[in-house]
Amino acid sequence: MDHLSELYQAVILDHNRRPRNFGKLPEANRVATGDNPSCGDHFTVYLRLTDDRIEKVAFDGAGCAISKAAASLMTVSLMGKSVAEAENLFREFHHLVTTGEADEENLSDMAAFAGVSQFPARIKCATLAWHAALNAARGTGDKATTEEPV
Amino acid sequence: MSAASSSWQRGVVRADFPILDQAVNGHPLVYLDNAATSQKPRAVIEAMQRFYERDNSNVHRGIHTLSHRATVAYEGARERAAEFLGAADASEIIFTRGTTEAINLVANSWGGAFLREGDRVLLTEMEHHSNLVPWHLLAERLKLELLHVPITGDDGLLDLERVDGLLDAGVKLFAFTHVSNTLGTVNPAAELCRRARERGIITLVDAAQSAGHQPVNAREIGCDFLAASGHKLCGPTGIGILYGRRDLLDAMPPFLGGGEMILKVGLSASTFKKAPQRFEAGTPPFAEAVGLRAAMDYLDDIGREAIFEHDRELARHARAGLADLPGIRLLGTPDGAGIVSFHFDEIHAHDIVTFADQAGIAMRGGHHCTQPLMTRLGLDSTTRASFYFYNTREEADRLVETMARIHKFFTG
Repeated sequence: MDHLSELYQAVILDHNRRPRNFGKLPEANRVATGDNPSCGDHFTVYLRLTDDRIEKVAFDGAGCAISKAAASLMTVSLMGKSVAEAENLFREFHHLVTTGEADEENLSDMAAFAGVSQFPARIKCATLAWHAALNAARGTGDKATTEEPV
Repeated sequence: MSAASSSWQRGVVRADFPILDQAVNGHPLVYLDNAATSQKPRAVIEAMQRFYERDNSNVHRGIHTLSHRATVAYEGARERAAEFLGAADASEIIFTRGTTEAINLVANSWGGAFLREGDRVLLTEMEHHSNLVPWHLLAERLKLELLHVPITGDDGLLDLERVDGLLDAGVKLFAFTHVSNTLGTVNPAAELCRRARERGIITLVDAAQSAGHQPVNAREIGCDFLAASGHKLCGPTGIGILYGRRDLLDAMPPFLGGGEMILKVGLSASTFKKAPQRFEAGTPPFAEAVGLRAAMDYLDDIGREAIFEHDRELARHARAGLADLPGIRLLGTPDGAGIVSFHFDEIHAHDIVTFADQAGIAMRGGHHCTQPLMTRLGLDSTTRASFYFYNTREEADRLVETMARIHKFFTG
């Protein structure tokens, strides 16, 4: 069960049970959805974007503990970031969940997702909301699926 | 009880499956994903190996000895499949890539020739995507209307009182699953076909989940078409079976075009062989047919009646244990096949499946390719354990114990 406690760290279980910034964002000016067709997980990410800066972010939808906690922690980390900073943060997060290694300290609580790298089938869960958020921030589309290349 | 069935029930049969004898994540493998694909007994693996080592050659066209041997083996598998599924004759058996291709063949060939704009096709709410999407494609092409027999609720039974009314609404074809891959529901196939037949409606039975798990006889069911997959009944991937009533097959145009299925080919036109060859374009899966034949022999040695009772008993045992877990929503009924599907409000199926995998248990979480059924049940996903004759009561107990630990981990 060692791998399991690495995967489901306390911070992940906490964000799964009590997701932060969960719900619609009435003042959002960018919205995108993320769908994982293989399991049915689906999230909507709402952004308030002003001058290329993410002023507010929220999400709703349903998914597994990994995808929900990742979405919750993502919303916490994206508050106040520029779109370029968000892209960089995702690159670091993606590196973390695919290799288990963190390059920098920026990830803070999101470092809890290092254990995902032991479970290749679950990497898409951890990145689902990120794809939706980046699509919304870039204005490149309102739908993300796990079938797109990362 | 035959000698064979008394010995397999003592677990001796497990020795026939090399894959079951391994540890996964530090625990003895418990394989409960049989509705997705079954494991292969040594008899099947060795039959295919023998074929590749001694007889491999392309079928039908060859004059040489190996080609003759391969052709005899391939056509012998067809005869065996006819017996296995209760066809009147081997010419009613078409080898396809699987159940999905078999249904696509009927939709395109029979449907394309005999359905017209405004015609109605009746399906059910519990169909696998493989018995929905081919009809979606055809409906779009021909402007058909699709109707669906509803289910009654979490018990996952078809609402039989609605069937007659739906059949009377101008339906030309009724396609339904024999056993639900998600719920384990065993539909009354013979009764449904009788009602359709009385109205002159063509029937297609998706037997992917039943053919290897219970006696399936197309003539006793009284269907017009029946589809099954080799890999779900201990055979190899890449081969499936379509049973079709001979008079229907004779009237149907080809599905795919190519070699093997032709009488004469010119530059701009060609003529075609009779069924079943008309529907088998290109090099067929002959090595897979050899493996499939060995699988059918293996299953009938054990007895599909006994397999059905064994699967069902394990599912009932597991259901009884799972029912005690707080917050569990069990789908289907204890009268179903060897499939148990369940949902916890607070725990997602993928978390359960990851946790179970770490305990050596292979199962499946998700929509099981039945998204409309999930929508009907108000769920995004379920966790599914599906049993087969090589599973044991101890494995069902391990499933229940592990689910109890998962529940504690996520909610305790």
